[in-house]
Order: sequence, then C-alpha cells, then structure tokens
Amino acid sequence: MPRPTQFAVAALATALLAGTALAQTTPPTPKGDPLEGRPSNTEAAKLAPVDGPPLPTPAAKLPTAMLKVPEGYKVEVYASGMPDARSMRLGDKGTLFVGSRLNDKVYAVTQVDGKPVVKILARGLHRPNGLAFKDGNLYVAELNKVWRYDNIEANLDNPPKPTLIYDDLPSDEPHGWKFIGIGPDNKLYVPIGAPGNILVPPPTHAQIRRMDLDGKNVETVATGVRNSVGFDWNPKTKDFYFTNNARDWLSEDIPNDTLHEVKAGTGTPPNFGYPYCHQGNFTDPEFGWGHKCDEFAAPTALLGAHAATLGMRFYTGSMIPEAAGGIFVARHGSWNRTTKNGGDVVLVKLNDDGSFKSMQPFMTGFLQDNKYVARPVDVLPMPDGSLLVSDDWNGAVWRVSKAQ
Amino acid sequence: MAGLQPRPAACRVESGLKNTLAGLTVLAIAAAVPAASAQTAEQRLPACLACHGTNGIAKLPGVPSLGAMPADYVLTQLYMFREKMRVAAPMNALAEPLSDDDLRDLGDAISKLPPPQPAGEALAAADADHGSALVNRYHCNSCHGADLAGHDNIPRIAGQREDYLLKSLTDYKSGARPGYSPAMSEASKEIQPDHIPVLARFVSRQK
Ligand code: HEC
Ligand code: HEC
Repeated sequence: MPRPTQFAVAALATALLAGTALAQTTPPTPKGDPLEGRPSNTEAAKLAPVDGPPLPTPAAKLPTAMLKVPEGYKVEVYASGMPDARSMRLGDKGTLFVGSRLNDKVYAVTQVDGKPVVKILARGLHRPNGLAFKDGNLYVAELNKVWRYDNIEANLDNPPKPTLIYDDLPSDEPHGWKFIGIGPDNKLYVPIGAPGNILVPPPTHAQIRRMDLDGKNVETVATGVRNSVGFDWNPKTKDFYFTNNARDWLSEDIPNDTLHEVKAGTGTPPNFGYPYCHQGNFTDPEFGWGHKCDEFAAPTALLGAHAATLGMRFYTGSMIPEAAGGIFVARHGSWNRTTKNGGDVVLVKLNDDGSFKSMQPFMTGFLQDNKYVARPVDVLPMPDGSLLVSDDWNGAVWRVSKAQ
Repeated sequence: MAGLQPRPAACRVESGLKNTLAGLTVLAIAAAVPAASAQTAEQRLPACLACHGTNGIAKLPGVPSLGAMPADYVLTQLYMFREKMRVAAPMNALAEPLSDDDLRDLGDAISKLPPPQPAGEALAAADADHGSALVNRYHCNSCHGADLAGHDNIPRIAGQREDYLLKSLTDYKSGARPGYSPAMSEASKEIQPDHIPVLARFVSRQK
C-alpha cells in the first residue's frame, strides 16, 4: 500500500499521461453512463460493471472452503438464500436485517434452535440498500426515500405500514442506492452520490447529509464525496469515518478509493475534493485545472484503486484481539481494472491521533483466477465478538469466529 | 397435455394484438399450471414459443425474440417477472408458478435456440453509418459485446425486433423499466431521444 506522499509523483505522471490519452481519444459521452470517461481502446472496451446472479447460491454449493481467514479463526455460513444480500443491521433482540440493491427486498434473519430462518420483511422497494436501527425501529433507504418500520422485531411476520421519513432526494440511478446509519449524535446520516462517474455535481449531490430521526433539520456534513456506501463512528472519539469510491477510467492504478474522517463537532462541512482532486494528491485531468489539492480535506487512508470499498465498522469486541480498535472494511472488488483488485475484507488500523497506521487483509478468497466466487458488501461485528460479512454474489451472510 | 397446447391458429387471429396476447396467455397458463412442478423446460417451451416464435424468432409486435439469449439474462428476467420487479402482464402471470430450477432450465433451453435473423429492408448506407457511430458513441458494444450478442446478464440485442428495441430503450430512459442492474438505466440516461429510433433500426438489422 503506497503512502500518499510516496505515491504523489507516480500518480502525477500517470495522471498526466492519462490526461493526454483522454484528450486525444474520448468523444463526448453521456454523463450518467458508467462508461463515461472510457478511453477508446480494445482493452478498456472489455471492462464493464459485473453483477452477480439473481438467484442465491444453494446452501450446498456455497464456496465456504475457498474463503480464508487468519490462523485460529473459521468461516461458516450464518444465513443463505437471500438474493443480493447487502447492508446489515442488528436489532436489539438479535434479528439480523439485510437490505438489497438489485433486488427489491429487505430480509430478516432470526436463529431458531441454532438454525437461521430467513423472512422477507418487505418487497417491491426500489434498491433498498440502506438500513439503520434505533429504539426498536428499522429505517430503510430506497433510492430516493427513507422509511421507518416501528417496533419491527415484535412484528416480523406482519410488518407495520412504514412511515415516510424523508424523500427530498434525487432519483438518479448512478450511485443512487444508499448506505444509512444513526450516529452517536442521534442523527440519521444519508449520503447522495454523484450522478455519474466524473462530472461537476449539482449542489444537491456528491455529499452526506444528516437529519433528526423524523427527517427534519437537515444539514450537510460533507461535500465533494463521489459515492460513500459505508460509514461508522469511532467509538472513542465519536468522529465520523466513511469510505468513498473514487472515479473510474483514469488509469488501471489510480485513483485509490479512500477512507475519510469528519471530526465530531465540525461546523462547516469539509469538502473532500470530488471532482477536482483525487486521493488527496493529484488533480483531475479534466476538472482539476485551476485547483490545488490543498483546497480540500485530505483522505485518512488510501484503500486501493477501483477496489470498491463499501461497508466499514469499528471493532470493539474481544473475540478477534488483533482487530481491537481497528476498522473492518469490505472491499467489494473492482470492475474497472484488467486484473481485479479488492474482493476481500481488510483490517485498517489508526494511530491514536486518528491518522492512518496500517491496512492488512483479513478475509480473502472471494476472487479466484480473476473471477468472483463471492463478493463482500458489509461487515457487522456481533455482540459475541464474531464478525458477519454479507455477500451479494451468493445471497449469503458469512460468520467469522474463533476456531474452537 | 396435447389438448392444452396453444394451437398455431391462435397466432393468426387478426383481431388485434391485445386479444392475441390475451388468448395466448390463457392458453399458456393453462398449459403451465396444472403440472407446474412436473413439466420440464422442453415441455414448457412450445407454449412460450407460441408468442415468442418458433426457434425463438418472434413474429408478434411487442414480443421479443429470445433466440440465443444468454442463459443468465433470461433467468434474471424470468426472476424479475416472477417477483413482479418487471411488470408486463403476460409474463408476470406466466412466471408465477415457476420454481428457481424452472427458471434455470428455461434459461438454458432458450439460450440454445438459434439467434434471430435480421428482418426488414436493408438500411441505406447513411443510416447504417449513423447507427454504427451511435453504437460506438454510447458504448453499447462495450457491455453488449462487440457483435451485440450479449453475455452473462447482458442481453443479445442484435437482430431483436425493432419495435421491441424502441420500447425497451424508451422505457429505460423514462424509468418505466428499472432493469435488474442499474447499468442500462444509467447508460440510457443521456441517449438523446431522437437517437433512439436510429439505434433501434440499426441494432435490429445486426446479425
Ligand atoms: C402471451 C404471449 C407470451 C407468452 C405465452 C410468453 N411470453 Fe414471454 N413475453 C411476452 C411479451 C409481450 C414480452 C415483452 C414484455 C415487455 O414488453 O416488457 C415477453 C418477454 C419475455 C422475456 C424477456 C425478454 C427480454 O428480451 O427481456 C422472456 C425471457 C420471456 N418472455 C420468456 C418467456 C417464457 C420462458 C415463456 C414460457 C414459459 C413465455 N415467455 C411465454 C409474451 C409472451
Ligand atoms: C454499462 C453497460 C451497458 C451499456 C453501455 C449499454 N447497455 Fe443495454 N443493457 C445492459 C444491461 C445490463 C441490460 C439488462 C438490464 C435489465 O436487467 O433490464 C441491458 C438491456 C438492454 C436492452 C433490453 C433488451 C431486451 O431484450 O429486453 C436493450 C434494447 C439495450 N440494452 C440496448 C442498448 C443500446 C442500444 C445501448 C447503447 C445505446 C446499450 N444498451 C448500452 C447494459 C448496457
């Protein structure tokens, strides 16, 4: 993992080269297209977003044996049969809620006599990727609406009609699906991605908002954020950390996806640079002219080019001592790269002052011979200290725990 | 079972597409439902092809050709019809009784049908150039493959019926058809409306 400073020179050179190539070959392309910015050459033309199958992998065919964790730990199936399993939240009574993005469903998993029972809690929703849980209520974010299901764990078989909390949200499909969460400030955090790969976003996009739990008193906490699909709060400092997916098509090797931080109590929302500055140390070959990276808040860590960093959670349990105080980050894995990158769960460690210390693989094997056999989306430390990892490729949730 | 198979005569009914589709739907459901679990894909397919055309080449307006569609794409769309994530009257009712394995088997069977052959008069050179330039400009070939034959979750569009292409592109753009992955909705977002007919004409004539 190159550090930001070491990387700057190489990055700059590559960016300049990429800039020249782009200027020569890119015709005007539609802004919302994921292929926006693609240079015209045959190798680049082979790359396009990859999606998993719509049916969940049957339990007997799950690639459990391929998934690797450090010595002393084991991987098992926590639950399966949930097509497109994405963001996870745990209810007070132990129900695991799981959202989806390509599917239209929210699932509820309970364990009965040690066996998972999966229920479809809601269906017919449009990209219900985001979930939050507080005081017995489940919050579900569709592409452009946030709903609240009251007293949900008492009503898993007969969920109440949800209450609409917030719908002042754009309907763009690109980066429109959401991760949501409720912070230690008792506010609901809702990100709004950039409506395309690389563009000057309208003032309503490329930001993270927070609001009261009834959707009132909305304020912006971060701008210049291309697409965040995972965040959490440092349990010690209450600072807000989020992952961000960087732009595509600039190069096989840059820019990196990033980890960012907003200190608790920050007044003016920091701007994290999109679309002008990437990974804190080089300006965009098209939009960066006239800007300097110092104008923007620097990333805390670089997490890999095109790695698709999604869910992240601080670990406070004791079952995995080497993770104490660290952050588990799910890297969904790249599409915009010839040799795929990511497709693992990494452990990121911070120094006491909140700066980046290290990044190490924790769970691997999702990627075999440059093809996905599984893809991690979200991570969730459980009260017993084990770690759940959702997998939208197989429609399953994995559990990592101490090997007995 | 034979008595329940739709008769080819139904296809020739001249009383408007709606009635034809409605009639064929009733027949196909009748064929599918009584022995939902017992039927194999081979047994089900003739009822499907009453609308979708023998050999997977559709003759009815509004009905897509299915020949040589990638199995994963067919599976995905049948899943969406069954789950009502894609709403299209005849298909929602038809997919309802199908199990996960039925969807997989039908996907495999349909992917083995021969590809549709382009229909309609050949394009004037200028129209062909315009169409081909737009396919490049909008990167259709990047996802749908160099020959637009599709792969995995991405449909074959080469040789598809022009009216169906026109409708799908319009529906992605308006949001009426959400798509399983948002990729196509995203791609359609800024296709200029007046380019849609040019693309549909051109793509329908590709092999
Ligand atoms: C009554 C006529 C009818 C019958 C019978 C019928 N279909 Fe369809 N099918 C349609 C129409 C019309 C559409 C297009 C729906 C739309 O406009 O979105 C369609 C769409 C589809 C699609 C989506 C194709 C694409 O390119 O996206 C698939 C797959 C499909 N049908 C499979 C089947 C199968 C399998 C059967 C048999 C079990 C079947 N159909 C029977 C009329 C029919
Ligand atoms: C980023 C990848 C991508 C690009 C670029 C793209 N498509 Fe698609 N297209 C898809 C996917 C994925 C689907 C299936 C979506 C769904 O589930 O409905 C699709 C579906 C379609 C369909 C529906 C076919 C059917 O049988 O129902 C048509 C028509 C189509 N695309 C035409 C085009 C054309 C024309 C272009 C260029 C203007 C284009 N596509 C560009 C990915 C792409």
